[in-house]
Amino acid sequence: MTDASREEHTQRETAFYLFTQQRLPACKPVLTPAWVITIFLFTGFIFIPVGLVTLRASRSVVEIVERYDAECVPEPFSIDKVSYIQDDSIPKNCTLFLKVNKYMKAPIHIYYQLDNYYQNHRRYVKSRSDQQLLHGQKYQSTSSCQPVEFNNDQPIVPCGLIAWSLFNDTFSFIRERAKLKVNRKNIAWKSDREHKFGKNVYPFNFQNGTLIGGGKLNPRIPLSDQEDLIVWMRTSALPSFRKLYGRIEEDLDADDVVVVHLMNNYNTYSFGGKKKLVLSTSSWLGGRNDFLGLAYVFVGSSSLILALVFLLLHLKYRRPYGDTSYLPWNRKSLSG
Amino acid sequence: MGVTSKKKKGKVRWSNLYSFSCFRPSTLEPSAAQELIGQPGFSRVVFCNEPHLHRKKPYKYPYNNISTTKYNFLTFLPRALFEQFRRVANFYFLLGAVLSLVSLAPFSRASLIAPLLFVVGISMLKEAVEDWHRFLQDLDVNNRTVKAHDSNGVFVDKLWKELRVGDVVKVNKDEYFPSDLLLLSSSYEDGVSYVETLNLDGETNLKVKRCLEATLCLNEDEEFSDFKATIKCEDPNPNLYTFVGNLEFENESSYPLSPSQVLLRDSKLRNTDYIYGVVIFSGHDTKAVRNSTRSPSKRSRIERKMDKIIYLLFSMLLFVSLVSSIGSSLFLKHDMVDWWYLQLQGNDDKFFNPSKPVKSAFLQFIRAIILYGYLIPISLYVSIEVVKVLQAMLINKDVEMYDEVTCKSVKARTSNLNEELGQVEMILSDKTGTLTCNQMEFRKCSIAGVSYGGAVTEVDLAASRRINVDFEACDELSTDEFDQISQSYEVFEFSVSDFSTQKAVLGREVTDNTNKGNPRLTKAEHKSVIKGFNFRDDRLMNKNWIHGSNLSDITMFFRVMALCHTGIPLEDDKNNKLRYEAESPEEVAFLIASQEFGFQFCRRTQSVIVLKEFDPYSNMEVEREYKLLNLLEFSSSRKRMSVIVCNEEGQIFLLCKGADSIIFDRLADNGRTYEQATTSHLSNYAQDGFRTLAFAYRTIEAAEYERWNTIFTQAKTTVGHEREQLLEEASEMIEKDLMLLGVVAVEDKLQKGVPECIDKLAQAGFKIWLLTGDKRETAINIGFACSLLRQDMKQFHLTLSREVESKKQVKAMKKDILHQIESSLRVMSNKEAPFALVVDGKALEIALEGDVKDKFLQLAVNCASVICCRVSPKQKALITRLVKQYTGRTTLAIGDGANDVGMIQEADIGVGISGMEGMQAVMASDFSLPQFRFLERLLIVHGHWCYQRIAKMVLYFVYKNVAFGLTLFYYELYTSFSGEVLYDDWYMTMFNVMLTSLPVIALGVLEQDVSSDVCLQFPALYQQGPRNVHFRWSRIIGWILNGVVTSLVIFLANIYILSPNAFRQNGHVADINSLGAITYTCIIWTVNCQIALITSHFTWIQHVSIWGSILLWYIFLVLYGALPPDTSGNAFKVFIEAIGPAPLFWMVTLLVVVVSLLPYFIHIVIQRTFYPMDDHIIQEMKHCLRDDHHNEMWLREQRNSKRSTHIGFSARVDAQVLSFTQQLHRKKKSIYKSVTNSPIYRSMTSSSSS
Repeated sequence: MTDASREEHTQRETAFYLFTQQRLPACKPVLTPAWVITIFLFTGFIFIPVGLVTLRASRSVVEIVERYDAECVPEPFSIDKVSYIQDDSIPKNCTLFLKVNKYMKAPIHIYYQLDNYYQNHRRYVKSRSDQQLLHGQKYQSTSSCQPVEFNNDQPIVPCGLIAWSLFNDTFSFIRERAKLKVNRKNIAWKSDREHKFGKNVYPFNFQNGTLIGGGKLNPRIPLSDQEDLIVWMRTSALPSFRKLYGRIEEDLDADDVVVVHLMNNYNTYSFGGKKKLVLSTSSWLGGRNDFLGLAYVFVGSSSLILALVFLLLHLKYRRPYGDTSYLPWNRKSLSG
Repeated sequence: MGVTSKKKKGKVRWSNLYSFSCFRPSTLEPSAAQELIGQPGFSRVVFCNEPHLHRKKPYKYPYNNISTTKYNFLTFLPRALFEQFRRVANFYFLLGAVLSLVSLAPFSRASLIAPLLFVVGISMLKEAVEDWHRFLQDLDVNNRTVKAHDSNGVFVDKLWKELRVGDVVKVNKDEYFPSDLLLLSSSYEDGVSYVETLNLDGETNLKVKRCLEATLCLNEDEEFSDFKATIKCEDPNPNLYTFVGNLEFENESSYPLSPSQVLLRDSKLRNTDYIYGVVIFSGHDTKAVRNSTRSPSKRSRIERKMDKIIYLLFSMLLFVSLVSSIGSSLFLKHDMVDWWYLQLQGNDDKFFNPSKPVKSAFLQFIRAIILYGYLIPISLYVSIEVVKVLQAMLINKDVEMYDEVTCKSVKARTSNLNEELGQVEMILSDKTGTLTCNQMEFRKCSIAGVSYGGAVTEVDLAASRRINVDFEACDELSTDEFDQISQSYEVFEFSVSDFSTQKAVLGREVTDNTNKGNPRLTKAEHKSVIKGFNFRDDRLMNKNWIHGSNLSDITMFFRVMALCHTGIPLEDDKNNKLRYEAESPEEVAFLIASQEFGFQFCRRTQSVIVLKEFDPYSNMEVEREYKLLNLLEFSSSRKRMSVIVCNEEGQIFLLCKGADSIIFDRLADNGRTYEQATTSHLSNYAQDGFRTLAFAYRTIEAAEYERWNTIFTQAKTTVGHEREQLLEEASEMIEKDLMLLGVVAVEDKLQKGVPECIDKLAQAGFKIWLLTGDKRETAINIGFACSLLRQDMKQFHLTLSREVESKKQVKAMKKDILHQIESSLRVMSNKEAPFALVVDGKALEIALEGDVKDKFLQLAVNCASVICCRVSPKQKALITRLVKQYTGRTTLAIGDGANDVGMIQEADIGVGISGMEGMQAVMASDFSLPQFRFLERLLIVHGHWCYQRIAKMVLYFVYKNVAFGLTLFYYELYTSFSGEVLYDDWYMTMFNVMLTSLPVIALGVLEQDVSSDVCLQFPALYQQGPRNVHFRWSRIIGWILNGVVTSLVIFLANIYILSPNAFRQNGHVADINSLGAITYTCIIWTVNCQIALITSHFTWIQHVSIWGSILLWYIFLVLYGALPPDTSGNAFKVFIEAIGPAPLFWMVTLLVVVVSLLPYFIHIVIQRTFYPMDDHIIQEMKHCLRDDHHNEMWLREQRNSKRSTHIGFSARVDAQVLSFTQQLHRKKKSIYKSVTNSPIYRSMTSSSSS
């Protein structure tokens, strides 16, 4: 026992000694041509298959993207779209016909996509109160919600610009006269529903002001169940973004035509934003995006080419390994 | 105590040995200076033995404690903070932190203030620790004890710091004076004491101090019970060589005081048992402390360049911020008003106020400057500081640089110059105590034309060994060069055989040495036997000299050695041998040698010297008395010393020793028998760097002596200016018609390993200058001894000729020097030979003035070695500064004494030798070494490493911050420049502090391009530092560009892959939090993998820190995400719920890391393969060092790498090899001739041809 501990002690001591003498055992990899070629080949042989698999996954995703902001404005208002959207008296109904080109397997995710919409603007992003969302009116220091904090001297729940500008277009889908079943639950992150939005917090004094921003909320449903709001409040990183609206839980066959009845309520006209409706299946990688796969394939094949080029260069201008003629003293003697 | 002191007093009074000094110039005449007392500047009053009177004003003077610390408890905080915020980067971050308090900043307060606190805190901690060490050192000095008078004649131990002005102290032999003292009396009756001032001015000879006649009686402890006196003197000043004051003592009579009564702090009592003195100046008033200047804070080249990089990055930051603010204002003006969801109308958001776009733009600009602050590596300074402290620790701990003798190791006293060690080009070295041990050894002598003590030097041995090696090397060469080889083969064979015959002739000693292979070893063994005597020759040892011819000359020679000196013997118990003390260490060496030869100097009284002589005729030891008639003192102008003695038979001899040229001039015609042989021995000795002295004698008739003695006595008693001259003339009269006996060679013993070290340093490409206060001959001797000079070198001497100097006309002197320099330059341009420059202090003074300066430096820089002798401490510093400025090279000054302090402080790196007792040099230095030889390892290994490490580290730092900081900017392009940040505040805070700091510290501390052995085997590798290959602007820009590319790859890949589509199978899209976390993960991976690519030396520490940092990020992400949402905010469960389960996240990471590292990887592949650097090749060689073939290659390269240097041991060996081969060639020719001319040969050839 004592022997063992002593041994351990001396071992530790020697380790420390080696450290202070800078003689710790070390691995000193040297980049030899063989290693270089191996590394490039290895990268190539890993990346190309991965890229191909990724590409395949991405290609397996079927996506229908339909822009509707322009179409859904009736002819007479096409010059002044802003007045159309701001006029409450004009009905905002609109119908889209989506043609399914390829078989789409359920669940089919429904997204609305907004372009040129700066949800990541600093003033906008900061204009919320997480505490209020969780605790409701009890939580009073909501100064971060400026300028949508109070209305008629009453606190607004949920406060802030983000909530106030809630997206409020609605969609319903019909295939061959039958309404498609759209599941609008579980579109928000579970953690948000359970930990960030209060179960006993109900909308209060919301959209009661002179300026009405976006959608209204049902004051009888607690915030934790207002999934549209929760999704909306996860601000997007880029000015062009999609947000989940719901999922169609039926397969769509090729050549199916889906009729979409939508309420074109949301104002993107004043700043030239686009609105799109997206139906998309998903693969294990998520949505359709060939960039990753292409990048993988590109990098992989570049490495293979580099390996080849390097091999050729190496064969042509072969430098013996550890060639001493490159050492400064030898070089000097060569040059005289 | 009283008894012992009385016993000692029975001994000789040293001062009386000097015949010249028995008549001291009167000090009683009031000089002009004395009248100044009481005037401003000369107002100090000291009440001797009444220190209590100095407790109150106006006589309140400081205590004797000193402090060299920078701070105290009160001033630490403000001063250290001020120092910290003088740095641009720190000030910038302070600004950021302040702004964060007024909600202008884009980040939370904590994330801005925390890193700043961390950085500044660490730096200040380091300052505090360093200052603490200084404090401890002071404490050590302050707590030394000294005997001080308490009351009633009782002396008690008192701490130095408690001494007050007016205290009477008793200082014992070999103790330092605690403060500036007035000498009252000493153990000698005449109040003389000997003082070593090595620490103050670097002079090695002892100085004589004398007390006033009036205080002579105060030489017992009891005398001080009612001693009272008053000193009125000058105020504290730094002038070491002046002192004005007077002493009022006993019935108010006033005695003037001169510098010779003042004992200065930091000097040491030698050869005197004790002294009594009164403290006049204490603590910070002492001249030594007044003389010391605060060491200037030095910054390394890399650090200065780093400032420029910071400025570059700062301008990049300003540019990016400007773009952001302009972009923001444009958006605000044209687009943002339409974004109803921002509710900009009618609101007064100061950042986005459409009606005040200029103001908003300005605020955005300030916010952007803080936002993009990550471009400026805040933790760079602190990381570098941490790294440097660790590096310094490793340097301190290096056992290869530990000196067993003094039990001291190398100390990096300031850690901020580590990397500068790797860029040194010039070494300016002090001589005494640095290269030499200030200890003389008797090495060789030539008596009556025969040289004793071995003739083969180490150079010869090494040369022969070299020839052998070459010979073996030739053996291994392939046969196709056979013809060529066979020729040289003969030559080598010849040389080797010739050498072995030479060895055989020289007897056992040499073969012993060669057999052991290491001559130094045998020497070291020998040294342990008798200190100061390193001589072995059987012809002289063990009384064998009695068998020699010229017996009378040999005995005379030994008598000169034993009689002509000023030493005194000390008892030594063991085996009847005596120890000696003398004014100069040379004399001690002579006395020891003569004792070894059988002429033991055993007693001396005022007028008699007693020798125990070995009588060759009776084979007995007899005691002989010699009456000392006169002693003609040694002085630097006379360069000789004589004694006139009368032996028991009544014969009068003049025994003289002195510089060879002086003695040779004064030889009698019949005294030149051995002149020729002796001269050739002399030159051999001088070449080996020995100090030589010639011995001669003459017999004087009694009548002649009487006649002369009257003249001499008259001269001695003359008062006035002509006294000196009369004495000089008198001695000239008697010191003539000498008979030459021979010469002795003493070695100014070099410190261990000095020649080898200088050799290695020369191979590494350093230029070494020797700056010494010693005289020219000594300096040149040492130059030879440490191979800075060689016989075949062309030496230029810059001196002022006597006539010019005596006229003291600056113009003429200048002209003279200029002329000398120009002629030297002309010679230089014509010849190829290595040059050496020897400059005299006075000449240097002129040469360093105005217009001569440039020419002088031009000459000096082109010389292989430069030796400056007789230079004052001030000149040392001046030379250092000029060399630094003129050449722009990094200089390192190394010295051990207080006289080197100026130089040490002036040089880019100051190194102090800590082996000696003096501390000034060490205190002023940046590094302290116990031995000169450690300089080799310090520079070639640690310097090289530290330079590489710091350079790599800074570049990497720049890279990682550019790579990270720019992603913030790119994101701004997508947020309409509104100032939103992609990452969570805490991620960003963690970036520099936790997630990327450890690997870079590991790199900075542990990276090794090649191991220490390889560094030493290939000193030429060091040149990477002075050529600055690792920290060129091209490299810096390259790394910045690499950072730009990395940031682009990371950012673009992430936004194109993750947007706008879903990134999870369940259809979720990446919001700002997920995208931020994923991008940030890519950054962490990339920068940490990048450092793995830079590292060429992986110990487990590197592995742990690099891969651990990456792992730490995931751990952090999980833990931070697990905190309740009001703490973790947007990062809540971001890893566990959102990005972790997404395969896309991991695939993006892999892709981004590979792609962003690819450019650098391709770069190093190309560089390594086609344009390899020195260390790359060495690494490869080391890597494939497995079989014998490679071993051979390794050794061959090691040989090849030895640059042909002009100085150093191996250069000398080269020269010696050359001369050997030439000699042998000649010999071979002559043999060939003699053989071919011989009748036998002729007959043989003729027969064969017929």
